[in-house]
Amino acid sequence: MSAHFEPIAAPPKLLPDRADVVIVGGGIMGLAIAWNLARLGQQRIVVVEKSYLCSGASGRNGGGVRAQWSSETNVRLMKRSIELCSDFATKMRINVWFRRGGYLFLARSDERAKQLEESARLQRDHGLPTRIVDRAEMKEIVPELDVSRFVAASWNPHDGVVFPWPFVWGYARACEKLGVALHTHTDVREIETTNGRVSGVVTSRGRIATDRVLVCAGAWSPEITRMVGVELPSHPHRHEICSSEPLKPFLRPLVGDLADGLYFSQSMRGEIVGGISNAKVPDGIDQRSSLRFLGLYSRALSRAMPVLGEVKILRQWAGCYDITPDGNPLVGDVDEVPGMYLMSGFMGHGFMMAPVMGELFARWLLQGEERELFERWNLRRYRLGKLLSETMILG
Amino acid sequence: MSDKILACRCEDVTTHEIEEAVRAGHRDLESLKRYTGFGTGWCQGKQCVALCARLLVELGGDPPDAPITPRPPFHPVSIARLARLLPEGDE
Ligand SMILES: Cc1cc2nc3c(=O)[nH]c(=O)nc-3n(C[C@H](O)[C@H](O)[C@H](O)COP(=O)(O)OP(=O)(O)OC[C@H]3O[C@@H](n4cnc5c(N)ncnc54)[C@H](O)[C@@H]3O)c2cc1C
Repeated sequence: MSAHFEPIAAPPKLLPDRADVVIVGGGIMGLAIAWNLARLGQQRIVVVEKSYLCSGASGRNGGGVRAQWSSETNVRLMKRSIELCSDFATKMRINVWFRRGGYLFLARSDERAKQLEESARLQRDHGLPTRIVDRAEMKEIVPELDVSRFVAASWNPHDGVVFPWPFVWGYARACEKLGVALHTHTDVREIETTNGRVSGVVTSRGRIATDRVLVCAGAWSPEITRMVGVELPSHPHRHEICSSEPLKPFLRPLVGDLADGLYFSQSMRGEIVGGISNAKVPDGIDQRSSLRFLGLYSRALSRAMPVLGEVKILRQWAGCYDITPDGNPLVGDVDEVPGMYLMSGFMGHGFMMAPVMGELFARWLLQGEERELFERWNLRRYRLGKLLSETMILG
Repeated sequence: MSDKILACRCEDVTTHEIEEAVRAGHRDLESLKRYTGFGTGWCQGKQCVALCARLLVELGGDPPDAPITPRPPFHPVSIARLARLLPEGDE
């Protein structure tokens, strides 16, 4: 077979010694921002990624994309993000297998059902078709579901699921087309400051002089800011997920149980992909798989969908959530270190937020728009004691 | 197409697609896997990893120092069996 293959791999590109913006982390956030900045005319953008693309949470997530949230900000942002997701394949010319099968959020108690009802009302005020459904209707949406333990569910047929890998590649390719220098296998080791301001980034492949650093390192973000003595309130937490053997398409929505954090959907490849909360996992960067997770998940899943009992789990893996105490991200400038910006703390929902946050961050940085959002979600809220809340979180 | 050669049967990845992916800049095995999808299907790489790794090296890519990251379970196991793993009440 070797006879007809000529070596064609391009050698690794040279790392530039100067940049206007250095983005740390080539996950979905870093790439979405890089692309949006480049679109708005920003020159000399460098993205540095310590491993391969898709190695972080962006290559390890469930691909759920929903506008069912309990806070006005999240509803508004996700409405826009879903719009961007539905255009992505055409615009970026890559199949991201976006499928709008809806999200069905199950409630086990009247209290939770009431919360869902309030959120649904808020979502309807923003033009979404979310409504609360009873057991009979749950059965209509997912006939295989054992609804006996649930009192109600919140249902938005417009929510959906994407396949994360091509989404990352789509942004990466589009970035390179606009002249963004993307360097994988390049580890950021040090952030240099001069008179307290950012002046450079030292990587495993050389130094880049710059006065702007964007920290998009997901669960590793506290490690990066610690290089300049800034402690973030967020911390990494392992979250596991698995997929089954492929089945014929039968399951329409992503189903989520807010009580135990169980969620599952059927991917366009036919697999049942899902996860569950696992409270006993200690904090820290840890991407190993555990048997305990498989036990927890399988028990909860076979109770919710007994028919799946005979289905086999094919593979499991793990990634890290970047957890903040109030469940909202850390974005915008860092008061202590001029020239440093954050785009982190996206918990278990950063993938769906990336299209809209990339767009807004670029506009905020270059054109000064969306000040209110970048003020509200700024790191300084912790210093000022202005914490926010969001109740519709899986994980 | 007469010269279609499959590299990964489960995910229907051809040697031509591997070549295109390397040409597009994917010069390490983990990236190549995530870009083309080889090794993620029913056989979980049993049939294709060695071939894809060899093609990558022949095409001038980086020699992998290990096979792609192994993902347990190493043998597909039913959800019903896994559901009995933990003692009742362990949540
Ligand atoms: C199992 C799981 C399921 C999830 N399910 C969903 C879901 O259904 N929907 C959803 O919206 N979100 C989901 N999420 C969350 C989502 O994946 C993340 O919020 C999102 O991917 C974060 O993107 P990011 O770019 O900020 O971080 P990442 O994708 O983690 O990227 C950060 C990158 O920074 C790099 N890096 C770290 N340190 C350095 C350094 N020193 N130098 C250079 N680079 C460095 C890392 O290698 C990494 O690639 C899930 C997460 C997990 C783990």
